[in-house]
Amino acid sequence: MNSRQLRQSLWFSIFGLLTLAVVAAIVVIFYRIGRDGLGVLSWEFLTKPPRRNMTEGGIMPAIVGTFYVSVLTLVISVPVGMAGAIYLHEYAGQSWLVRVIKLSIRNLSGVPSIVYGLFGLGLFAATFKLGTSLLTSALTLALMSLPWVITASEEALKAVPNGFREASFGLGATRWQTISRVVLPNAVPGMATGAILALARAAGETAPILLTGAAFFLPRLPRSPGDRFMALPYHLYILATQHTQIETVRPLAYGTALVLIAMVMLLNLVAIIWRYRIRKNRLW
Amino acid sequence: MLKLEKDILTDKPEVDPAEGRDHVLAQEFSVFYGDSEAVARVSFGIPARLVTAIIGPSGCGKSTFLRAINRMNDLIPHCHVTGGLVFDGKNIYSKQIDVVALRRRIGMVFQNPNPFPKSVFDNVAYGPRLAGIRRKSRLSEIVEQSLTRAALWDEVKDRLGQNALGLSGGQQQRLCIARALAVEPEILLMDEPTSALDPQSTARIEDLIGELRGDYTIIIVTHNMQQAARVSDMTAFLYEGRLIEFGSTKKLFTKPEEKRTEDYITGRFG
Repeated sequence: MNSRQLRQSLWFSIFGLLTLAVVAAIVVIFYRIGRDGLGVLSWEFLTKPPRRNMTEGGIMPAIVGTFYVSVLTLVISVPVGMAGAIYLHEYAGQSWLVRVIKLSIRNLSGVPSIVYGLFGLGLFAATFKLGTSLLTSALTLALMSLPWVITASEEALKAVPNGFREASFGLGATRWQTISRVVLPNAVPGMATGAILALARAAGETAPILLTGAAFFLPRLPRSPGDRFMALPYHLYILATQHTQIETVRPLAYGTALVLIAMVMLLNLVAIIWRYRIRKNRLW
Repeated sequence: MLKLEKDILTDKPEVDPAEGRDHVLAQEFSVFYGDSEAVARVSFGIPARLVTAIIGPSGCGKSTFLRAINRMNDLIPHCHVTGGLVFDGKNIYSKQIDVVALRRRIGMVFQNPNPFPKSVFDNVAYGPRLAGIRRKSRLSEIVEQSLTRAALWDEVKDRLGQNALGLSGGQQQRLCIARALAVEPEILLMDEPTSALDPQSTARIEDLIGELRGDYTIIIVTHNMQQAARVSDMTAFLYEGRLIEFGSTKKLFTKPEEKRTEDYITGRFG
């Protein structure tokens, strides 16, 4: 083996080992959570509220709370994000201002989630007097997901061939007719998968809801967007770090983590399968 | 002069552009992309109901000129025009012009067939629907008429509900022509309509142009000189944004007045 081949195998070995390290980390995480979490998984765990200072019972209110806050987040962020992306990509043109706005949106996706949490607390809870509530948390999470929703929607719009737009304009369509009849029908599936991925991320966030509406323990489920709520990531945080009997509740913490991961992975899986089917079925 | 071109041209009637009225009239018309002048002070009149070919090497501004006629260049940032481009007595670029209405009167067929990913029927019905026609029976009538005019009806009449992207390239291009005809334009702009097609499909499109001649003013941009010679009555030769020569196709291809025209059509450059 000459020195060039030797150097090549050396580098490939290093890349291979690093990849292996990443895969190993994921395997260990899943193994630990699976091993310690599966034991507590039961119908009761999924459908009953916690009992005896959370040392027994289930996590149903946290599952329901996470579901509520996620759906509300989606309802807020998707229309706003889609509208923003349509405006930026189809109407705004290419001035320097538009470029600055697009760049800023991309940068916003790098802002730490605790900053969004504090911002939401200050703006929605205090200034708009919405208090700490399901709505405040959803607004905060929506704000946090917006950069993702906008960017994914823009990519979906970009993927629609320009020939479709030209053909439509050439037939005497207005800009809005072109967007609503040709561009959107072909972009919406892509936008939707982007929205699901943003949702999956929002569902797992702790910092934004910790400050804006998630509760330690509630005897009943939220009945309106003004109520506070329990949520899986916050529940996990409590069980893992704040509980007085940490050793006793550890299995419950693993169970909660397992349910949260399963929910997020399910969402991602739906998005991936959906995207795959769109790509397979579309002819352009 | 190529032998073939002469054969094509022998039974072509000599056309006097003064006979027909000018449907589109360019007067010192220029198109700029930023600072660069893609079309430079071009002046000529395109006669109504005949086929006018615009030829020239790549980058000569022929497509830019064509897209200026239905203001397709409006979509390109930093593109602006000077001079006059008159259609139906009005400057196409005057502020009073309703671009949407203009494009309904000046249809366009593009280089690459671009049917919408919709059914054959919905493709042809797209324009009429934009105009507010909803009645199914009226739409069916328009779709059949347009597809028949575009010589596609017999091939697709049993698959109107199928996705248009399942058609062959040549069929897709004829569908695009049918789609353009469905809005009943007066002028049909064709931007190298056969450059993405095989010879057989090309021949069918050229036959179709011959059939549409007389009912529509057709302006076709092509880099294929044989095609220009075959389908057109009038030919304009553009080079580096300038109009070098404009005249009847027969004359331009047999007795060009300009040296550069002769050099181009005999293949000495381009």
